[in-house]
Amino acid sequence: MQTNLTDTAAESIRQPEEEIKTHITKWGRLEGLPIILVFCGLIGVFMIAAPKTFLNYHIYMSFLSTVPPPLILGLGLTLIIASGEIDLSFPSIIALSGFVFSFLFKNYQWTWAAFAIALLAGVMVGLVNGLIITKIGMPSIIATLSTGFLWTGLTVVFSGGLSYNIAPLENEFIYEFFVHRLGGIFPVQSLWALAIAVVLWFILNKHAFGEHILFLGDNRQVARMVGVNTDWVVIAVFVLMGVLSAFAGLLLTIEHTTFWATQGSGFLLIVMAAVFIGGTSIFGGQGTIIGTFFGSFIVGSIEAGIVATGVQGFYTRVVVGLVLLIAISFHIFMEKPNKRALLADLLKFKKIQ
Amino acid sequence: MADHSPSVPLLSMQNIHKSFGEVDVLQAIDFNVTDNEIIALVGDNGAGKSTLIKIITGVHPPTSGDIFFKGQKITKHSVSRSRSLGIETVYQERALADQQTLWRNVFAGRELTRKFGFLKVKEQRAETQNLIRKHMGFTSKAINTESMVLSLSGGEKQGVAIGRALYFEADLIILDEPTMGLSLSETKKVLDFVQNIKDQGKSAIFISHNIYYVYPVADRFVILDRGRIAGEFCKKDISQDELVEKMVRLARTGSLN
Repeated sequence: MQTNLTDTAAESIRQPEEEIKTHITKWGRLEGLPIILVFCGLIGVFMIAAPKTFLNYHIYMSFLSTVPPPLILGLGLTLIIASGEIDLSFPSIIALSGFVFSFLFKNYQWTWAAFAIALLAGVMVGLVNGLIITKIGMPSIIATLSTGFLWTGLTVVFSGGLSYNIAPLENEFIYEFFVHRLGGIFPVQSLWALAIAVVLWFILNKHAFGEHILFLGDNRQVARMVGVNTDWVVIAVFVLMGVLSAFAGLLLTIEHTTFWATQGSGFLLIVMAAVFIGGTSIFGGQGTIIGTFFGSFIVGSIEAGIVATGVQGFYTRVVVGLVLLIAISFHIFMEKPNKRALLADLLKFKKIQ
Repeated sequence: MADHSPSVPLLSMQNIHKSFGEVDVLQAIDFNVTDNEIIALVGDNGAGKSTLIKIITGVHPPTSGDIFFKGQKITKHSVSRSRSLGIETVYQERALADQQTLWRNVFAGRELTRKFGFLKVKEQRAETQNLIRKHMGFTSKAINTESMVLSLSGGEKQGVAIGRALYFEADLIILDEPTMGLSLSETKKVLDFVQNIKDQGKSAIFISHNIYYVYPVADRFVILDRGRIAGEFCKKDISQDELVEKMVRLARTGSLN
């Protein structure tokens, strides 16, 4: 009986859907378009409200140095969420990788080797997460909550809670390589973030691994039935998140030539907000790299925008919360065919036909 | 298509027994499927239909007895082994991922890839288009390669799953209650898809407890009752009404005649 209902529901949905298809799907199919518009709108508002700041290129150069670390985290988290999992442990990797790198640099003057070992630390954390989730069968939210505490705690223990000043790093090539200012103004780390976004877009949308991530997040039983090695995909996606988090932590540490034990705190919520603002669904089975890209810039520009427009900085979180609510409501409307029909009705799309 | 001698059945199960602990679920089952034959496997709940199917698809090994596929004895029982031999199962709820497009669903797990595992998206789209228009006969414009599975009706989903099995050259397609819970018009669609299997020269085992649905498309009826084969009839030897009559008598008296 239930299936009968769904049959007829599917039939009845198709009718209005086809009408709207020409209007909304054509635009909706351009990945991330709504969120790009929101981003442009937000910058537009800031330009009007604070022309001095937002009509000058300096603010954008500043974004290009501050947004890359949370952006890279968001890109990795997009794949995690698309696979139907969640990772709460990435802030601990930011601290851990920064600590490993600065410890090795300070004590042994290692640069590239320290960098590689710090990335390996990220691989290890991701691998442990993946193994706990697949082999013990612990839900990822609990597994990564636990390992997040563990690695954050161990980083504080190892570093004695101190911060390390690694200013001599500025004379090293690795500094130039990752956080150089091209022409004295353009932060090179933004190019690294862009490159990672491009690669991950191709992996998620055009690669068998990305497809397996989507099937895993969509329906685990189906994924298994069609021959996806589900355990392997979960482990791989957490290892990838581990490496990306370690890299984000290294960019942060190298940019500031400082490690501090709590450098990962504060990232968890803003990175999640950026991913969800971008349009990735919490339920898994879909994810948008372009959405996360612009979502990260939206979240990253809100604070600067609010301060520049003369509103008290305390309002930052209020605005992030509002943007999150509005964006998610919008995405829900775009996703559900019946709600999309309602939206089209509201906007009088039918009259155009 | 048939890469084995035509005199050998496609699938042959000989003297199959299966017990779970003390319970004998299947006893002395002899069961054959020949090339290009649609078999209706009918019987009440608990008759052993799904256990028999699970043995064919490799989910369970038989307790004793031999299974031959295309004349070759199957010694290793696993789902992936059965699939690679050419036995595909179409399950109602476990075949397709809802939020993914048709072109992804058709090739999931068996992607066409180029170097380094990147998908040949263009080829997958083109093949899917071919599959849904020509082989599956979908004419509605609403169904295309970009359609998400959740926009399909129950019967259409079965169609895609059957079409996919045919595309990957399955020789034996097992349909486990494919019309369960579907409306009449959707059931009709599924029966057309089953007819399609026959038209393409492949074989199928169609499990159902509704004679009225399987009668038009099946060539032979195998009636399972309490773990034994109670009877086998070719369609030419028995009318639909006679078959129903026998099933009713079997349920009431435990004997077909």
